[in-house]
Amino acid sequence: MAGNSVKAKLRKRKIKAFVRQVLANKMALFGTVVLLLFILVAIFGPLLVPFSVLEFGEVEDMLNPPGPGHILGTDDMGRDVLGYLIAGSRISLLVGALATGISMVIGTVIGIVSGYSGKVIDNVLMRITDFFLVIPWLPLMMVLAAILGTSIWNIIVVIGVTSWAGTARVVRSQTLSVRENQFVERTVSIGAGSGHIMLHHILPNVFPLVFANTILIAAAAITSETTLSFLGLGDPAHASWGMMLHYAFETGATSTGAWWYFLPPGLCVVAVVLAFTLMGYAFDEILNPKLKER
Amino acid sequence: MNKKRLVKKLLYAAITIFFVLVFNYFLFRILPGDILSMLSRSGKTTPEMVANIREMYGLDLPWYQQFFVYLENLFTGDLGTSFIYKKPVAEVIGSRILPTVILLGVAEVLAIVVGIVFGIVSAWKRGKAIDTGLLSTSLLLYSMPTFWLGMMLILIFCVNLRLFPINGMVTPGRVFADTWAYINDVVRHMILPMACMALVMIGEYAITMRSTMIDVLSEDYITTAKAKGFSNGYVLRRHAMPNAMLPMITLIAINLGLIVGGAIQIETVFSWPGLGNLMYGALVNRDYPLLQGVFLLTTVTVILANLLSDILYEVVDPRVKSMGD
Repeated sequence: MAGNSVKAKLRKRKIKAFVRQVLANKMALFGTVVLLLFILVAIFGPLLVPFSVLEFGEVEDMLNPPGPGHILGTDDMGRDVLGYLIAGSRISLLVGALATGISMVIGTVIGIVSGYSGKVIDNVLMRITDFFLVIPWLPLMMVLAAILGTSIWNIIVVIGVTSWAGTARVVRSQTLSVRENQFVERTVSIGAGSGHIMLHHILPNVFPLVFANTILIAAAAITSETTLSFLGLGDPAHASWGMMLHYAFETGATSTGAWWYFLPPGLCVVAVVLAFTLMGYAFDEILNPKLKER
Repeated sequence: MNKKRLVKKLLYAAITIFFVLVFNYFLFRILPGDILSMLSRSGKTTPEMVANIREMYGLDLPWYQQFFVYLENLFTGDLGTSFIYKKPVAEVIGSRILPTVILLGVAEVLAIVVGIVFGIVSAWKRGKAIDTGLLSTSLLLYSMPTFWLGMMLILIFCVNLRLFPINGMVTPGRVFADTWAYINDVVRHMILPMACMALVMIGEYAITMRSTMIDVLSEDYITTAKAKGFSNGYVLRRHAMPNAMLPMITLIAINLGLIVGGAIQIETVFSWPGLGNLMYGALVNRDYPLLQGVFLLTTVTVILANLLSDILYEVVDPRVKSMGD
């Protein structure tokens, strides 16, 4: 037990050092703050939006530019754009988070198993990984989503199942180097099984890498949700930023110049994706010693 | 190049293509019930069409024989009949290839040149104002959904400034005096979608070029070259750039998949009559044979392009070549 508490202390110190570095890095700090802001809005915002703004309005309320009463104007159905935006944030972030979770689990498991097992299993798993790595992602997602049907869960699964290949590759190569460590050999010699080693010895060592990768996947997942919804593969029952952009495009808001309808949801997507990208980028600089300034 | 490695690469590419074929087959036939029930769900069937499809896909045969019928059809160029166009899928696709190739080709060349220059400048002036500016522009472009950037460009340049036509490839119904007038019209239609595609890619190329360049610049041989008294420009051109350029070959190939995704979005937003727009139409109308055909064509093209870049990489990089021997 004593060993465990030392380990926990070490881990705590490591995390503290990491947090300090993040706070010192302007990019990482900016990304984290923006993201936290959006998460707060997604959790509490929909509770504050009165339900009435999401109901279809009268004819004179349709496609009104921003003004008193509707800070960001109304859409073609007479709904308040700001209210819709806040209500949509929850689905956009939720889809992104769950899809990222699926992708992270698949990528980590395949990467570790592939790297630790080697030989035939490694070869087969890596061919499958290559397949998902090389195939153009949007056509693949479009085809899958079109066949599975448009529901929020299908979108999550489709994004998660198609975006893990990069993680698997990175985790595999890290596993290969961790496997060569003496402590793994020692653990094998005292009779530990492969499952135990992968879970308790390899996983903790590849985790920082998985973490940095996850952030980049989250950015891609949010973009994917937006794009799929825009192309008409979203779930019409749930408001999301992608659905807003879909309706805006379908009803010709671009050519009529109704900018308040599609500028705000797009900016929200850009802000969240940028936040993730900045965090991923900064973490890479923190975790990758080669990039440190000399 | 080493023969064994070449054979291995060809084999891997062949396996991946075979995966795609199998995947395509099962996805469209086995998973959601057979193609007939999908057809009747789309509500656009006539009894003749049903009989036609039954015969064409050999739906009365056992599944493994159906797979061979599918392969046979494929290799004879028979991709089925499009539901919406009522024409062979291969023919419909064939007429859409050129607009996409022109659009993507010009955009890609532009993006590579600008992206590489941005990346090099950024890395060389690391931490300076110009680096911060270029890097934030690149990151911003990289974070934008492609279709949204297209919508914003339309809003600014077509609706507000009225500089370019909103959509299509030529002005509908216009009679052209000569070929030059026609080309001029096409170019005017092409500028915005092309700029949109290029902008999205520039972000990514610049970011990658910057980090590769930073990696290269931290190598010992750069310090050595500088210590020898070579000028900065010489070191950059002769020592750093050739080495930083290599990963770009791989990136450009990997990016092809992303570019295909970008083309779907941009062609949809700008109604550009290419493959991406065709795929969007097939998706909206649930035209499964057409959707499958475009999917197959784009995936196989991307796989082959990746293979080509792999081979090219070995030819260009002497280190990899000697490693194989």
